[in-house]
Amino acid sequence: MNDSHYCPHTPEEIAEMLSVIGVSSVEELFAPIPSELRAKTFNLPPGLSEFETYARMQAIVADNNAQPTPFIGGGSYDHVIPAVVDHLSGRAEFYTAYTPYQPECSQGTLQALFEYQTAICRLTGLDVSNASLYDGGTACAESAMMALRVTGRNKILVDGCVSPFSRQVLKTYLYNLDVDIIEITPLDGQLNRSELTRLLDDTVAGVLVQNPNFFGSIDDFTALAEQIHAVGALLIASVYPISLGMLKSPGEMGVDIAVGDGQSLGNPLSFGGPSFGFIAAKKTLIRNMPGRIVGETVDKQGRRGFVLTLQAREQHIKRHKATSNICSNQGLCALRGLIFLSTIGRQGLADLARLNRDKAEYAKAQLAAVPGVTVLSGAPTFNEFTVFLPKPAEDVVAQLLKRGIAAGLPLGSYYEGAGQAMVVTVTEKRSKKEIDQLAKALEEVLSCN
Amino acid sequence: MADIYFTKEHEWVKVKDGIAAVGISEHAAHELGDVTFVELPQMGKTVKQFEVLAAIESVKAASDIYAPLSGKVVKVNEALDTAPEIVNESAEDAGWMAWLEVADALELNNLMTKEQYEEYLKTL
Repeated sequence: MNDSHYCPHTPEEIAEMLSVIGVSSVEELFAPIPSELRAKTFNLPPGLSEFETYARMQAIVADNNAQPTPFIGGGSYDHVIPAVVDHLSGRAEFYTAYTPYQPECSQGTLQALFEYQTAICRLTGLDVSNASLYDGGTACAESAMMALRVTGRNKILVDGCVSPFSRQVLKTYLYNLDVDIIEITPLDGQLNRSELTRLLDDTVAGVLVQNPNFFGSIDDFTALAEQIHAVGALLIASVYPISLGMLKSPGEMGVDIAVGDGQSLGNPLSFGGPSFGFIAAKKTLIRNMPGRIVGETVDKQGRRGFVLTLQAREQHIKRHKATSNICSNQGLCALRGLIFLSTIGRQGLADLARLNRDKAEYAKAQLAAVPGVTVLSGAPTFNEFTVFLPKPAEDVVAQLLKRGIAAGLPLGSYYEGAGQAMVVTVTEKRSKKEIDQLAKALEEVLSCN
Repeated sequence: MADIYFTKEHEWVKVKDGIAAVGISEHAAHELGDVTFVELPQMGKTVKQFEVLAAIESVKAASDIYAPLSGKVVKVNEALDTAPEIVNESAEDAGWMAWLEVADALELNNLMTKEQYEEYLKTL
């Protein structure tokens, strides 16, 4: 085990460590583990030199270069990332820092997170944000647990139009709690309001919705917020941050807690992560917020400074009664989100949102013109929309993939009877030419039997 | 002036006309340090003796506050919402947290008198 280039210890160091603990060999150290539980071999190939390793990795990475043109979203989006995001977030001061456990020593990290919180509050139209959560799914789960704590009730209503991935995370997180999670089956790709009205009473802690929803439909939850508040429950909305450049914000709708995934804000797709989750709420709910919160203060000499505030909610102080088991945050990914938002600014975000909407509308018209294809209508959409195909969507997507196009996300695995439907996403990065190619290829695939 | 009784968890209670005022002892307030927040109980909540009634946060710690007697919450000290430091300034008087409608006055027998509490503190 000492012949590898990458093993950090010399044989002398290993011998010294063994002698300190009083065993004669590494083999003896592991002897108490029954032999049948020990791996006979790890099947590892012999070590490579640095340049051999580099060549090997390049060969693997080369497979990625055949990346198809992506029209898949469903929670992760192919957006432009300005070079400044990589440049600033790659600085060692930020890149090597973990969530501050001796926080006030790290004023730079705290200031960045404070400004991140400010950006999230402005984006969502709400009063308070924490320093970030793991991802959009866990943010949904944390918000549901907030609603349980705030109301002292134990029922959560979830719109079936919320991302199936978020709903799964929610169920997993709350599995061992005494909670009823009731899902409302979508009606034509939208929230079934009459079913919600039927289920809503003063035993409900919170209602979780998503905007735009998984089918791409945009909704206005303003009236719904009043209806939910009338029974003393909280309205939680999972939102797509880029869409907030043009859509009504959660705060404007009367939403109590807004959550979402921050990947679209300056973070690459990277095969699904890492990302960050955000959570923002009305000020009255701040003591029930999960995770870390950075506050602004002054030091003894009156100079501006930053602290981790309201820590009594957290696990290291309140133990099992803490608001959450999260004592961490996604500092680096959240920082990228902050740099992204600071770089493009308010007008830039509005322009970006419009570009997404306009390109998606163009794509919608092109696909609707393909014989046999219909587009889900009934609600406005942002940069995603649902189309119905005359054939199983899985097959169509597989065939288009061979032509270098990732045409959409088939819905059959997530919704019963939706085998011929798929969600198509068009970000600002898709060109008119790429959209036209998608429509043309789809028409060709559908016309051949 | 009603007699004051204490719990081992450092709550105090004073009963007058079937109503019990509840707070934390001066010793507890001193040990907690600067109190930053008192999570007052909900009006109308009923608690059993030694069950969690409220919670308190200071710059150093967060602790539960237990009910010294069984009863129903009939009044809370809303002044603590904006001025939690009252608990440090006047723990056993103006820093009261809630009034309970006493369910069973005999439960006072499970508590310590001021003298007993002072002896108890010496053992800690």
